[in-house]
Amino acid sequence: MEESPGLARNLAELRQTFRSGKTRGLEWRKAQLRAILKLLDENEDSIFDALQQDLGKHPVEAYRDEVGVLKKSATYALASVEKWMAPKKGQIPLLFFPARAEVLPEPLGLVLILASWNFPISLALDPVIGAISAGNTVVLKPSELSPASSSFLANTVPRYLDSAALKVIEGGHDAAEQLLQQKWDKIFFTGSSRVGRIIMAAAANHLTPVTLELGGKCPTILDSLSISDLEVAIKRIVGGKWGLCSGQACIGIDYVLVEEKFASILVELLKKCIKAFFGDSMPNLKNLCRIVSKSHFDRVSNLLGDPRVAASIVHGGSWDEQNLMIEPTILLDPPLDADIMSEEIFGPLLPIITLNKIEESIEFINLRPKPLAIHAFTKNERFKKKLLSETSSGSITFNDAIVQFVADSLPFGGVGESGIGRYHGKYSFDTFSHEKAVLQRSFYLDLEPRYPPWNDFKLDFIKLAYKFDYLGLLLLLSGLRRIFKRSN
Amino acid sequence: MAFFDAAAMMKGLRGTYASGRTRSYEWRVSQLKALLKLASFHEKEIVDALRSDLSKPELESFLQEIALLKESCGLALKELHRWMAPEKVKTMMTTFPSSAEIVPEPLGVVLVISAWNYPFLLSLDPVIGAIAAGNAVVLKPSEIAPATSSVLAKLLGQYMDCSAVKVVEGAIPETTALLEQKWDKIFYTGNGKVGRIVSAAAAKHLTPLVLELGGKSPVIVDSNVDLKVAARRIIAGKWGCNNGQACVSPDYAITTKEFAPDLIDTLRSELEKFYGKDPLKSNDLSRIVNSNHFNRLSKLLDDDKISGKIIHGGQKDIANLKIAPTILLDVPGDSLIMEEEIFGPLLPILTVNNVEDSFNIIKSKDKPLAAYLFTNNKKLKENFISNISAGGLVVNDTTMHLAVPTLPFGGVGESGMGAYHGKFSFDAFSHKKAVLLRSFAGDLSSRYPPYTPKKLNLLKALVNGSLLGILRALLGWHD
Repeated sequence: MEESPGLARNLAELRQTFRSGKTRGLEWRKAQLRAILKLLDENEDSIFDALQQDLGKHPVEAYRDEVGVLKKSATYALASVEKWMAPKKGQIPLLFFPARAEVLPEPLGLVLILASWNFPISLALDPVIGAISAGNTVVLKPSELSPASSSFLANTVPRYLDSAALKVIEGGHDAAEQLLQQKWDKIFFTGSSRVGRIIMAAAANHLTPVTLELGGKCPTILDSLSISDLEVAIKRIVGGKWGLCSGQACIGIDYVLVEEKFASILVELLKKCIKAFFGDSMPNLKNLCRIVSKSHFDRVSNLLGDPRVAASIVHGGSWDEQNLMIEPTILLDPPLDADIMSEEIFGPLLPIITLNKIEESIEFINLRPKPLAIHAFTKNERFKKKLLSETSSGSITFNDAIVQFVADSLPFGGVGESGIGRYHGKYSFDTFSHEKAVLQRSFYLDLEPRYPPWNDFKLDFIKLAYKFDYLGLLLLLSGLRRIFKRSN
Repeated sequence: MAFFDAAAMMKGLRGTYASGRTRSYEWRVSQLKALLKLASFHEKEIVDALRSDLSKPELESFLQEIALLKESCGLALKELHRWMAPEKVKTMMTTFPSSAEIVPEPLGVVLVISAWNYPFLLSLDPVIGAIAAGNAVVLKPSEIAPATSSVLAKLLGQYMDCSAVKVVEGAIPETTALLEQKWDKIFYTGNGKVGRIVSAAAAKHLTPLVLELGGKSPVIVDSNVDLKVAARRIIAGKWGCNNGQACVSPDYAITTKEFAPDLIDTLRSELEKFYGKDPLKSNDLSRIVNSNHFNRLSKLLDDDKISGKIIHGGQKDIANLKIAPTILLDVPGDSLIMEEEIFGPLLPILTVNNVEDSFNIIKSKDKPLAAYLFTNNKKLKENFISNISAGGLVVNDTTMHLAVPTLPFGGVGESGMGAYHGKFSFDAFSHKKAVLLRSFAGDLSSRYPPYTPKKLNLLKALVNGSLLGILRALLGWHD
């Protein structure tokens, strides 16, 4: 694949910028973070427009999930970056005296961020905030499936941020391939597990470390609840499914697990809530994103093509191909071997899987790849503990959905098929840093027994040193130890 | 075609892990105690195996392998409760009311691939981390240290819970078979070439990695230093560490043209004190591990580009695979010895006009696993610490950072990814699960559709943290 000369030039410039040391200073980093805040403040309407074009995303959803998230993230980084940059002292055993040990975070160098299309602004700029706070130079490649947002970023970012240190490169598959052939100091990817494997394989050629924010089928467990709690839970489930980019979200609720006897009331309540939030029928749907592209539309609608799956639809099921809209759809017990239950849906279809007892959800989940998030609505403390210790997932949230995304003190990332690495808050800074160990010693008190030629005395000394048996050492050094010595 | 069934072994281990057996504190403690016993009661066997594999002096075997391993075990036993405990974290306005914590959990079934130079330590130290974190683990020791591999297989078979801790001996076919399986983590110690192979295999299964690789770890020697101490510490880090066959050994040295003669003289005299006039006869030096590596190192010395540059040593004993401590002066940058990691008893010394010039040399190469500076100049020291990137740095000593358990030990760039030692070992083999507990009370309507301008205002006010803004937005509409 012929490399574009523009790319080589860009990369050379970025590496030169990094070598110059410019991105390492606190002031530069803070200036860039402030610039991001300014960009968001001054371009809010343009951002809303781009998201409306790319996904039919309502401004409130856009603010809540994209602009607001970024503002919070940049503000937090701005307030904390100096603290994050400071070395952390480590304790040293007395034996090493005099010495000083610390861990010093340093930037990795030149990093590549590959963003996804469903939250095309926040999933592009949030990792950028981490990369910049950590003092790196960055290439950002937005997703070509959200072209208005990609274009917005390519045009606007250079007007606010230091373009000698941060470049936006637009493009599709070809551009990505070219980028992946380069040697990066880190690659940060948000997207599917399938592409995650391709990224990781490319990174392996250069021993490039990666953070992969992938997805999976995020299950939601619904235990029996009081009516008032159930009403809140329903809102959170509906919000966590369709209120989040119409189901096209990595931590979005993929399917629900519930006891058989509650299935019908669950369906009824879901229907009511969907109507209240989004409207009652296809032509009247509001506040709901559309499917991002024709190919994803086909993918999602094909999930309903399986007649066994179609037969399990209890609400919705219709679509508007021209406008790429799919109605919020509920399915009751579709067959577990159908695609809809083996692949991540990433769309507005909600399977409800019924169980005899809610505890069976643990086994159900464990038979499948580890998801990015588990949401469990329950007030049963024992069940909570069991879920916590017997299932594995990137995160687990009790009695809500999605909201862990904005908890900056919690690491956000997957495990197993759902990803490698994590970010948000300080974790963003860490993910783009190398934690360098630094040990400082002095010339004083050089210990003779460290060096050859070896003899019994030195062996004794070292054995005692390893046990930090300072008394023993003193006795040995003063020649008295032999008197007190027992067998080894 | 491997003659052991990796898939069947994996199935068994997954069954063990799924049973929950490895997760309890008691199980982990029992295994760690077993490792401690194994290291304590079989010292002689281990030392003998290391002598067979590497002619490693007893004191090095004890000091650098057994003692470090026991220390690591002891620390894990002492701290395990603390390491396993969930960490409560602050929650913010945006998720009020809620409580949050980070819960460490095991990854599942993990693979540790070890190296030949510290075959005992580098096998069991990662295993300590894997077990402490509650995983089932397969250890593949290096076949280039066969006596140690054999002792490990025997002793772990005797002491450990074999349903969860297994040793697979073998070479390329066995390793390939292992790498085809889906692991929850792979921990590899070795070189960059094989590191890439391991990474490619891991990518197929999205398996996270720790790669402890190597590189050319430089040592810079400034002029205003206690030269005797500096020389001894350089010698201890180079020839006193498996005769230079260690990932953190000083690979090459840089000093000023002016100071070089003093440095060389002191190194020579201290070398003689340590190893005598005929180092090939000293029992305090490891041999070269095998004829492959012996030939590799010989080639470095036979390189035309460095003829005439050997100023000390250079003697070889091919029958006993011994090479004497060798110093070279001002070899050209494009010589073989300066292009790859030496991993042997040859120390090139490069000279510069000013000591600061050494930084450019180091920066022009791949990031090493370690970098060392001997100096009393505070500014130079600070410059070094801020501007030289490496896995770890030591000022006025060599290799000692390995022994400080509160320092993460790992590389960056070509020298590796990830870190371990102390709590970092536990973390390397854990998943830190984010847990958020919310209540049904305090449900914020503005989260949900239908979306209205008022809801937008409230969200903005929340994000801005403006209490007044929140109040106004709240009063502006009621649910």
